[in-house]
This record gives sequence, structure tokens and C-alpha cells, in this order.
Amino acid sequence: MTQTTAGRPTSEPAGRKQRAQIKARTLRTDRWWVAPAITFAALTSFLVYGFWAIFDKSYFVEPYIAPFSSPCLATSCPEGARFLGLAPFGDWWTLPPGFLILGLPAGFRLTCYYYRKGYYRAFWLSPPACSVAEPHGKYTGETRLPLILQNLHRYFFYGAVLIGAVLTYDAVLALRDAEGNWGHFGLGTAILFINAALIWAYTLSCHSCRHITAGRLNHFSKHPLRYKMWTFVSKLNARHMLLAWLSMYSVMLADLYVRLVAKGIINFPFA
Amino acid sequence: MGYKAKFRIWRGEAGEGALEDFVVEVNEGEVVLDALHRLQATQTPDLAVRWNCKAGKCGSCSMEINGKPRLGCMTRMSTFTEDETITVTPMRTFPVIKDLVTDVSFNYQKAREIPSFTPPDNVKPGEYRMQQIDVERSQEFRKCIECFMCNNVCHVIRDHEENKPAFAGPRFLMRIAELDMHPYDVADRKNAAQEEHGLGYCNITKCCTEVCPEHIKITDNALIPMKERVVDRRYDPLVWLGNKIFKRSGSGSGSAKSG
Amino acid sequence: MDIERHEYDVVVIGAGGAGLRAAIEARQQGKRTAIVCKSLFGKAHTVMAEGGAAAAMGNVNSADNWMVHFRDTMRGGKFLNNWRMAELHAKEAPDRVWELEAWGALFDRTKDGKISQRNFGGHEYPRLAHVGDRTGLEMIRTLQQRVVALQQEDARLHDDPEAYIKVFAECTITQLLKEGPAPEAPISGAFGYWRETGRLICFDAPAVVLATGGIGKSYVVTSNSWEYTGDGHALALLAGAKLINMEFIQFHPTGMVWPPSVRGILVTESVRGDGGVLRNSEGKRFMFDYIPEVFKDKYATTEEEADRWYDDQAGNRRPPELLPRDEVARAINSEVKAGRNSPHGGVFLDVSSRLPAAEITRRLPSMYHQFKELADVDITAEPMEVGPTCHYIMGGVEVDADTGASSVPGLFAAGEVSGGMHGSNRLGGNSLSDLLVFGRRAGAGAAAYVDGLAARPAAPAETLAEAERAALAPLARGDGENPYEVHHELQRTMNELVGIIRKSEEIREALEVVEKLKERAANTGAPGGRIYNPGWHLALDLRNMLLVSECVARAALLREESRGGHTRDDFPAMSADWRRRLLRCGLTPDGAVSVVEQEQPAMRDDLITLFERGELSKYLTEDELVAYDTLVKES
Ligand SMILES: Cc1cc2nc3c(=O)[nH]c(=O)nc-3n(C[C@H](O)[C@H](O)[C@H](O)COP(=O)(O)OP(=O)(O)OC[C@H]3O[C@@H](n4cnc5c(N)ncnc54)[C@H](O)[C@@H]3O)c2cc1C
Ligand code: SF4
Ligand code: SF4
Ligand code: FES
Ligand code: FES
Repeated sequence: MTQTTAGRPTSEPAGRKQRAQIKARTLRTDRWWVAPAITFAALTSFLVYGFWAIFDKSYFVEPYIAPFSSPCLATSCPEGARFLGLAPFGDWWTLPPGFLILGLPAGFRLTCYYYRKGYYRAFWLSPPACSVAEPHGKYTGETRLPLILQNLHRYFFYGAVLIGAVLTYDAVLALRDAEGNWGHFGLGTAILFINAALIWAYTLSCHSCRHITAGRLNHFSKHPLRYKMWTFVSKLNARHMLLAWLSMYSVMLADLYVRLVAKGIINFPFA
Repeated sequence: MGYKAKFRIWRGEAGEGALEDFVVEVNEGEVVLDALHRLQATQTPDLAVRWNCKAGKCGSCSMEINGKPRLGCMTRMSTFTEDETITVTPMRTFPVIKDLVTDVSFNYQKAREIPSFTPPDNVKPGEYRMQQIDVERSQEFRKCIECFMCNNVCHVIRDHEENKPAFAGPRFLMRIAELDMHPYDVADRKNAAQEEHGLGYCNITKCCTEVCPEHIKITDNALIPMKERVVDRRYDPLVWLGNKIFKRSGSGSGSAKSG
Repeated sequence: MDIERHEYDVVVIGAGGAGLRAAIEARQQGKRTAIVCKSLFGKAHTVMAEGGAAAAMGNVNSADNWMVHFRDTMRGGKFLNNWRMAELHAKEAPDRVWELEAWGALFDRTKDGKISQRNFGGHEYPRLAHVGDRTGLEMIRTLQQRVVALQQEDARLHDDPEAYIKVFAECTITQLLKEGPAPEAPISGAFGYWRETGRLICFDAPAVVLATGGIGKSYVVTSNSWEYTGDGHALALLAGAKLINMEFIQFHPTGMVWPPSVRGILVTESVRGDGGVLRNSEGKRFMFDYIPEVFKDKYATTEEEADRWYDDQAGNRRPPELLPRDEVARAINSEVKAGRNSPHGGVFLDVSSRLPAAEITRRLPSMYHQFKELADVDITAEPMEVGPTCHYIMGGVEVDADTGASSVPGLFAAGEVSGGMHGSNRLGGNSLSDLLVFGRRAGAGAAAYVDGLAARPAAPAETLAEAERAALAPLARGDGENPYEVHHELQRTMNELVGIIRKSEEIREALEVVEKLKERAANTGAPGGRIYNPGWHLALDLRNMLLVSECVARAALLREESRGGHTRDDFPAMSADWRRRLLRCGLTPDGAVSVVEQEQPAMRDDLITLFERGELSKYLTEDELVAYDTLVKES
């Protein structure tokens, strides 16, 4: 017998397809604004500190170098602060040494998937919290410039690995005393080590790192070693937000500590 | 130990409507959906609400309770104080049909736009061999009960109706990730994810993950990994430079999947 | 009022496993197919199935094969099953499961990468393909996505995704249309309304496949959702088809009992398959006291042996917690009646003391979730309280095993709405595979039937007018009886009087109540408009629930024995004589339910010889045994 034609759906009467008209921006009754407010305050304080720290000159005191100014790559740094004793940038660089390298960690955190969430919510209010309307009339997300550049995050990750190495190196150097003899262990040494560890944890818990270890594969079973790494990174990754905050504060505190010692504000014997 | 609970429920048809107040008895152990059913049986027989399983398995009873997307059948009354007025509204992102029932056809439309599972031609049914660890990631996404609350809460379309044509929503971006990670799927989904389904609109603010009743880590395990896979394909500077220089289209050039 | 009209070759009513599989088959055979369902696409009851789909793939234990599965199924159904269906089911289930995998399903795996299989009550070997405890979800999603794949193909070929297969979601069928009133008049379509708009809709189609699921909503304590109002059963009856085995209703032994609002919600059998045990208030594993004679040699008699079985299934007999469902449900019922119940009137089901917490959350994630969120119980730390809940109806439309055809030309049925396959009791996991095997067969049967037709039957105009009048009637009685109250009364009646244990007087009483409720139902009204009006929908569903309840009660009254899902307090024994009789419900021309006995055809020779004489002697009559003996001697 012959095939018959399926009827087409009759078009809906006009005006039926409308959202429920609810004026309120949100009907949430909890204090949804607390979280973005805290993020806002915390990130702002970090920015303010960072800005100050870049221009602060007391970033070095044997054997400690402040993380915000390391590695130091210009002759403007004191001898002992130079990375591997070198100063590849020579003496034409006269601005604070932090400017040379801070782009890397800053870019890493700026494009970090967690921080993106944090500042999109707290600064750009897009959205401020779930099911709270955002104030913008238009939204294109990360589909075009400049935000499409967020996709470069993984290259900052590679850079961040270098930074992690430098901070570890700095911490190891802090095992010498002011005269350069090994065996020193001051509060500053401990702080630099803890900071380096947290920075590593944060760096390795990165989503790009998770992707690179094995996330990009479809057959874990054919790459048992990479799968192991992925499992490890995934565990860290589940705590990425926590590590982001811890490492951000640890680097800030470590930096502040070194500067306070350098300024002579802290000078107890075990510093 | 029942008590009289206060409700404010959006009632209306085709967008026009208002919040109406109700007082209804609730008993120990009940959920919001029970209260709505009691309202139906005793006061408002025509109160429209979708539901099926009443056990959080079918994803029919999505609604917004005190402004948050929730399953009515999994929201226990004991999470509210007895003197609190509980506001119940339909999902905001979709057109309303009546009361708490919305027209979710947007989601079915999007489902149809995602190319289906594409196995290689040479494997016959019964010959599939996959290791548990290789299917686990996609299995997590297949826990989805299609409540569509993630699509509802996602600000990309919740606050911007005009983005609907270009954006598949977290539910279906996750579906792309599920297929892209499937050990036997051979289709290339990375460019399409970005170009046709709007992965770039997602700014990973994680509201979808927050509301998912199945606790699927949508953002961390599907959207971000998918973004990374897209980077592999599109935003690797070397690849990009190569494309520029040799003027290759670069899209859909059918390169096999990794691994 | 204008009625929306559509023309199709095959209309499938129901979008659960059976309906979708049938529709996929019809479409693959080139038929224009409509899928009609009451809820949204992908939400049908199948999504709730937890444990798995039984298929003798032999991935975990290679000794498994279709013959073992066949034997288990017949045993579980107490030999009342339609043996041809049980045979087809056991033979074809593996292919159907593998097919799902090729459509994208991701089952849990064995070490060598095959589909993993788990133990379940009544299955001799680990046999259930599963995904954690959400197998039904996986199945429905896979079939749903297969439908979408076919639509994408049609979009490429015909520029219209819905050219050959279209889903009419939230659309309820209230009547089947036929060329004339006679039972043997062919089907010409189906009539119903859109829940969303209240608009009436009519399908013109020569073949209709019923896949509407079960009837659980006639009971208060049930694992079933609002959809289970027995629509398909009633539609078939009204169209002149017959229902068989309606007295057999499966009460799942483990439903939640507390809090009251979730009473009845299912606790999957996998909890027991994975090591959970049942205890009464005295802490005793009481199932050892309830192993029936017919199963004595298959089940462990000591706790030690039962516990060893989980690790070594070849050398030990299985724990009695894994007896078929009817046995376990009755045992729990007896414990509760004897006063050895848990605080909220059930018994304890404990896995917390048997498996490490991490293992429990991995193997039973949705159970963990369900108890945590609905009852505030952490199943990794404390036992659950459980009790029997109305779960599944073995009875349904009488169909031809090979094609799913009912006695009405053009009417097909598959899935829970069809009857015969499971006999008097269904084994866990046998439903999901049943849906696939017979869904496909019904789809193919309908397609072949359409191919063989010379002309499309058409319904007389009056039928349509009458259907319209009936559908709109409750709306006209805005101040009529409250349908919710009538429904509730029916549920209570069935639960109390035609429940797990039945007595002649009680069933009679139930029939009287049903009679009164029928009158009240005819006067129910629905205030409000036509747009998404649940009161109206319920008022229409009442007709079906009452009709089906009456069939259940009448058949239950007639069957004077206890077997599987039918337990008579006044006839506690199983009777070999009754095994040969099926009860067949139909409607008389004036619309009354009539039940007649019909002889059960004898099993084919090669099938009956799959069983040992010792086992058969527990079920068969002397005559049948003599026939068996001659058969064995000859071969
Ligand atoms: C909690 C639970 C757990 C279970 N676990 C298992 C398990 O582990 N293993 C197993 O094998 N079985 C299990 N079962 C049983 C099994 O899930 C069902 O028997 C099976 O899903 C029924 O499928 P179906 O295709 O026949 O119908 P369903 O999936 O129920 O679909 C019925 C369809 O018909 C539609 N419909 C009904 N009436 C109408 C109408 N009037 N008009 C239009 N459409 C209509 C509905 O909308 C729906 O789409 C379980 C059942 C429950 C309740
Ligand atoms: S994470 Fe992305 S997809 Fe999810 S809600 Fe936010 S913007 Fe939408
Ligand atoms: S991903 Fe989660 S929130 Fe989104 S539809 Fe699925 S279950 Fe719902
Ligand atoms: S550092 Fe946060 S995601 Fe890479
Ligand atoms: S009713 Fe199924 S999820 Fe709530």
C-alpha cells in the first residue's frame, strides 16, 4: 500500500510562546550576594597588594627573594638576587624587575578557568550568582576578542611550570645563610617552601594540565601511565578552587614576609 | 506533626499570570511536590505541574523553588522553616504553558542538532570491546535525567533569549563531550562544538553544575575538557599559523581522534 | 471543535522501551510512524528501571545460554508462561542488547571489555546487563537517541526530520478507532487529546502498537508513576481484544515504607544481588524459613553457605534473599503480620554491614542518593526499611508470540501491556529485555500487516463524534464529583482487598466498590479550562483504571489456587490442574467484563525436555507427566 504524508504540526496561536512574566531579578531568598562580594574583596586586595609590591624596592635580603620579583633578570637587581647569577636583560632595563616576569603568573591566573568564573561573577556580574539576572543587555561570552584569548590558557600553564621551578629554586637557595653556607633553615625558608608547594599543587591541578596528561585521549586503557597521572591530576583538580586561593594567599604572604625582613621590620633571629 | 505551609505559586497561562498565595497542609517527610499534589486534590484541581517518577529519576518536575531551579520531588519540606513562605515558579528560560509547566521543546530541538553516535563501519553489534575506565567519563554524562535545569539556569540563554539559536546549552554541550570521549565514536566534533553549538558562549561560571540534581560535574568534566579539546584543534598557535599560511580551511578536515 | 488529523502507517502508543523499539523497527522497515506518549519524550516509566536487562550473553559465566535463561523464566513464572514467548525472549535478548551498544549505550564492563552482567533473583547465572543502578535510563536514552539518529537521516534524505518518524509527546490516546463495532473489525486509527492545549487529535492509521506499560496507579502503595493507569489494557478491551493473566500482579518485595509520601518507591533488587540481606526486628535473617518446596535444592540453608555464594557461585547455593519476588514479598508480609516488623511497618534491608561504604556508593549510587535525599537514611551506615509494593502486572493483551498481534486485526501490543511472557511471575531484569525483543517483533509485525493490506480501513464518522463527546464530558461537569477522591478510593480498595494476599469475600467486596465507583467516575467533573488541566486528565483515566481493576478482581476471584503473583488465603496451594488454564478477560457487547477459561497449550517437545522430570513433577498434572515420559523414552 502507498505511503502517506505525515501531517505538519499546526502552528501555535500567536502569543502563546512566552516566558512567565516575573519582574523580580531573582526570587532567591538566601544571601546569594555574599560569595561574589567575598571574591570581589579578596581579588581586589590581591591586586592592590600586587601593585604596591611591584614598585616596592625591598624585594631581596640574603638568602630570600620575594616571589613577586623572582626571577630577577636585570642588572638592576642586587648580585645575589640574580637568577642563576645571570642578568640576561643587562642594564637597559630600569623598571622594577617584577614587570619582566609577572606577566606569566598573572596571565596564568587571569586565564585560569577558576579565576575566570570568579571574576566573571564578582566583577562582571555575568552572572553575579545562579538564577540572578545579569545586568548586561548583550552577551557573547568567550566567542570573540578579547575573551576568545582565554583559550591560550595552556600556554600560560607551560610558563607557570617554569615559574614553579624558579620558586622551588628560590626556596632551595634559602637553605643557605646570609654568607652563602648551606644548612640554614629560617621561618622564611619554611614559608618559601610551603609557597612553592602550594604553587605546584595549584599549577598541576590546572585543567589544561589535566587535559595534557591524558584528558585528550579516548583510550585510557592503552596509556596506563598517563592514565595514572590523569587520575592524580584529576584528584587535585577537584580542589582547584581551594588551591587557587591558598596559593594566591601563600604567594602574597611569602612576598610580604620577605619584604618585611628586607625592610628590617621583622628581624628576629630565626627569620 | 503536620503543619500549614505557606506557598506562593505562579499561576497563569502563556506568560500572563501572577504569584498567588496558598496555605496547604504538609506532613512529615514530604516534599514540595507532595504539597502541590495536595493542592490539586483539595483546592486547585487544575494546577498544572509535570511529574512522573517522584523519585528524582525522570527529570519531569523541574521548577524554581525560592528562586532556585530544583526538582519538586526531591526538595524536602524540612529544608524550609514552618513560617517561611515558599515561592514556586516555572522555569524561567522556557516559555510557560500553564502554571508550573513550561514548553521545553527548545531542548529537543537542540538534541536533534547534535550528530548522533557514529561508530566505525567495521564493528558489528556484539563485537564492541571497551574497558571500564574508558567508558567511565561518558557514563557520568549519561546519568543525565534531562531535567533541563542546567539549560534553564545558564545565563547565556536565561538572560539573553537572542542567544538561543547559537547555543546548545550545557546539557547538549555535555552530550557532545560524551560522544567525543566515547571510545568508538569516529565523528569529529571539536570544530562543530565551537562553531555550531556555541561552546564559546559558556564562561564556565558553573551554574549548570550547581543545579544538576544528578551531581554531574558538567563544567569541570564536560565543558572545560571540551574547551581544551577545541583548543587542540583551533587555538594551537602552530596549527593556526599553518592554516593561515597554507590557507587551508582547517575545519572538519577529518583528522582522526587522538588515542 | 476542530480535530487535528494525521495520517500514518503505524501509530505506536507509548514511548517506553517497548514503544520506542517498536517504532524504530517500523521506521526501519520504511513505514511512516508516529510515537504518541503521555509524558515528555524520554520520561516514560522505563527510565525508572534500575537493575538491568536479562540476556544470556554468557560474559561473566560462560555456562549461560538461552536454554538456561528459558528454564529460569519458566520456573519464575511457575510454568504458566507462554512458552513460545519465553523461548523467543531467551534466544533474542542478547542480540537486542548488543544492538543497543551499537546505538551508543555504555554498559558497565567486564575485565575483558565485554558487557558486565550481574546476579538477580531467579537467574541461575549473572545475567543482567546493567549500568550502575540506572539501566532503564540508559536504555530509554539510547532508544531516544536512536530515534533522533533516524530523524537526522530523514532530514538529510527528505529535508524533513519528521518525515518518517515523529513523536507526539504529552498526548493521550483515549480511544482506538475501528472500521466497525465488531471485535474482528480492523483498526483504523486512534483518538486522543494534547495535554498541553487540550486540543483533540485523531490519527488515521491501519496499524496501532500498544506499548502503554502497566496499571500500578490503581494501588496506593506502588512503585509506578501516574502514567500507569492501565490505558493500553483498557483501550485493547474496548477495541475487542482480550486480556490474559490479569490476576497476576507482582508485588516487589522491597519498596520504601517511610516517609509516607515516598511509600512504595522501589528499592532495587540489586541491593540483594550485591549482598544485602533481609532481617526482622529480632535481627534474624528470616528468609531461610521461607524457602518453598519447589526451590529447596537451589537455595542455601545456612548463612555461611549463603555468604560464601557471593564469592564462589559454582560451589554454593544462592542466598534465599534472591528467591523470586513473589516468595520474598510474601515472606516479608508474613513477618510483618507476625509483629516482627521494623518501626514503620516493614523489615530491614541491610547492606551497610556487608559492603564497604565506598563500594556501596559505587554499585548503588541512585539508591544511596534516594535514601539520603528522601528519607535521611545513609544506607552505607544503617539498614533500610522496606516492604512490598505493587510493581508490575504480568497480565495483559493476549498476543501472538511472533508478531505481537492481538485478536483485533491491526492491533499489536508489546511490553508490560502485553500478557503471557512472564506467566504468573516475572523475574527481575526480564522486563527490559522483553521490551526490546517484543517491541521489535511488534514493530515488524505491524509493518508486515500494513504491507499486506489492500486498502486502509476507515472509521465511521459517528465514532469520532462519540470519542469527542466522551473526551470533553468531564469539562462540561465543572461541579461534578472530585476525580482525585474517586481515584483515591479505588487505590485503597485495590490495595486492601485485591492486594498481595487475597480472599474470596474480600475480592467480592472490592467488586462491589468498583461497581459504585464506576457510577461516581461517570459523574466526575473538572473545573478549569482545557490547557494542561490535570483534573480533567485524571477524570478520563478513571475509566481505564476501573475497567482494569475489575478485570484483575474478577480473574482473581476465579483462580482458586496460589501461584506467583496471585496468592489466595483460601486456596494456599498451587494446583497442577489450574496451570493448564488461562483466564481470558473480554467485554460483552453491552460493555460488561467477562472472564472465560482457556486451555494453556502444551509446551513444544524440544522445550519441555529441557527440564528434569523431578522439577516438572512439582508443576504438571499426572497426564502431562505421562506424556513427558513417553517423549523422553522415544528420543
Ligand atoms: C521502579 C521500577 C524499577 C524497575 N526495574 C526493572 C529492572 O531493573 N529490570 C527490568 O527488566 N524491569 C524493571 N522494571 C519494570 C520495567 O521498567 C517496566 O515493566 C517497563 O519499563 C515497561 O516498559 P513499557 O515500554 O512497556 O512501558 P513504559 O516505559 O511504562 O511506557 C509506557 C508509555 O506509554 C505511554 N502511554 C500510556 N498510556 C498512554 C495513553 N493513553 N496515550 C498515550 N501514551 C500512553 C506513556 O506515556 C509511556 O510513554 C522496573 C519498574 C519500576 C517501576
Ligand atoms: S558553566 Fe557555562 S554552560 Fe554552565 S551555566 Fe555557566 S555559562 Fe552556562
Ligand atoms: S545535566 Fe544535570 S541539570 Fe542538566 S539536564 Fe542533565 S540532569 Fe538535568
Ligand atoms: S590554572 Fe586554573 S585552570 Fe589552569
Ligand atoms: S518526578 Fe521524576 S524527577 Fe521528579
